[in-house]
Amino acid sequence: MRQVIKGNHAVSQGVRLARVKVISAYPITPQTTIVEELSEMCARGQLDSRYIKVESEHSAMAAVIGSASAGVRSFTATSSQGLLLMHEVLHWAAGSRLPIVLTNVNRAVAPGWNIWADQTDSLAQRDTGWIQIYAESNQEVLDNVLMAYRLAETVMLPVMLAYDAFFLSHTSEVVDVPEPAEADAFLPAFTPPFRLDLENPRMFGGMVGPDMYYEQRYAQHQDALRAADVYREICREFDEAFGRKYDLVETYRTEDAELVVATAGTVTSVSRIAVDRLREEGWKVGLLKLRMIRPVPRRHWQKALGGVEKVVVIDRNLSPGLGGVLASEVRSALHAAEAAPQVFAAVAGLGGRDVTPEDVAGIVRACREAERPGDEPLFWGLKTGEPEPAMEDGRHAE
Amino acid sequence: MQEIRFHGRGGQGAVIGSELLAHAFFLEDRYVQAFPSFGVERRGAPVTAFCRIDDGPIHLRNQIYTPDHVVVLDASLLQTVGVTEGLKPDGTVLINGRQPASTYGSLLGPGFRVFAVDAAGVAVRHRLGSPSNPIVNTAIVGAFARATGLLSVSSVEQAIEAYVPRKKAENRRAAREAFDAVRSA
Repeated sequence: MRQVIKGNHAVSQGVRLARVKVISAYPITPQTTIVEELSEMCARGQLDSRYIKVESEHSAMAAVIGSASAGVRSFTATSSQGLLLMHEVLHWAAGSRLPIVLTNVNRAVAPGWNIWADQTDSLAQRDTGWIQIYAESNQEVLDNVLMAYRLAETVMLPVMLAYDAFFLSHTSEVVDVPEPAEADAFLPAFTPPFRLDLENPRMFGGMVGPDMYYEQRYAQHQDALRAADVYREICREFDEAFGRKYDLVETYRTEDAELVVATAGTVTSVSRIAVDRLREEGWKVGLLKLRMIRPVPRRHWQKALGGVEKVVVIDRNLSPGLGGVLASEVRSALHAAEAAPQVFAAVAGLGGRDVTPEDVAGIVRACREAERPGDEPLFWGLKTGEPEPAMEDGRHAE
Repeated sequence: MQEIRFHGRGGQGAVIGSELLAHAFFLEDRYVQAFPSFGVERRGAPVTAFCRIDDGPIHLRNQIYTPDHVVVLDASLLQTVGVTEGLKPDGTVLINGRQPASTYGSLLGPGFRVFAVDAAGVAVRHRLGSPSNPIVNTAIVGAFARATGLLSVSSVEQAIEAYVPRKKAENRRAAREAFDAVRSA
């Protein structure tokens, strides 16, 4: 049924439809209304799930590691500092091969204290072994929850779903909420391949020495890579079931494009408008939506950007001393491609600053003029004071 | 696309008002988007909320800078907040206040279509909020339907029925009364 709901409620509806059995959360800022609505659903009996309130995000993840180890579908949600506090146990969840789904509302990391949109929090977790998928609309947020459990339970790896604070989390828009029977047909009950079981005891989380650890990590890497193709198949089945198309990577007007904007989250949505406007001006511009960041869909990014002269990656995140994380990922993925395009990097919208279609068009124009990418990203929209007058020898006055 | 900006004070219901308006347009098969001015809301402090309406999916995600319509939930904001900032020429300004619309019109200057309704009085009559802190959002959204002609008041009433958690009948009647009472400059 079509409804007007916020991104956070789209998640709660997805979790309800996934018939999650254990939800664990720390309810204090930077937590969002996702778990507030879930706790109400549990209290009203609309969701047959055990809701565990814990004393920190670290404990929230630890609790769902326990429940997922017991073989039941488990969920938690967090944001920014809360996700950072989970970092240690995120590795544990992935290494233990537990199909947990976590939604992260992308909020800037402190200090300065800021609760607005910025993807540094989840991108800082990219080496934890979690699959990461980003969304640009509330419909995609809900649909991602159902697809995430299918993916997690197929490759036995946890999935992190990320979406922008406020631009989706607190924005109401039209979402088609599937009927429970439709969701059940797409996402059947979970049968774990292994679990804590008194009748069939096994050892979990034991010591693994130098003779085996390397192989264990390699197996985890192989399954993470496999997740890309498994996900494509899940997207195809989702389309068959619900009539909504998603893919590992998605492109917009790239057929004859000379320049392609690549980005993740709601800047994607805004970039669609910019691409249309630039096309009207006669520029051959397209868009590559970066949905899955881990595993890196290297081959698919290369294919999508084949024949393109320039890629402009717009990052709403910053790794100080590096620049935008996604530009670095795209550049690395394209490195071995034949006739790889030039990769231009731009940073915009940190800490929730608006990124408008005019901003995206401005970034594209600047990169189109430039002969080659600079060492530094283009820091678009950065407020700078008047430069100090330099002395003749180039030193600044005292 | 139509873009609407709400100005109110924390606690008056501007955010819910923008969501209610979006629901009402949704019932008329439009694509909608409603969002608050992102940040921390404090009771009594000026707040803004936004609403977009279109015939297809809405990809714009930034705040509204050049609205087609402005809704002011508290006439005292006219002195402190630039409510017409970025408002398109001939744009609508709908004000909750006791003065005639022409009084507000001369305050705002020419170039806008100014409407006024005593939404606070309507809210108090229907026991919405308290006399000192009336909740005026349902009344003002009813008045919006009349002032702009963009949607029917029955859609507003249906949206209240579906979306407002308490005092549905009182809120519906408030929306209808404000719809009838709103006057242009």
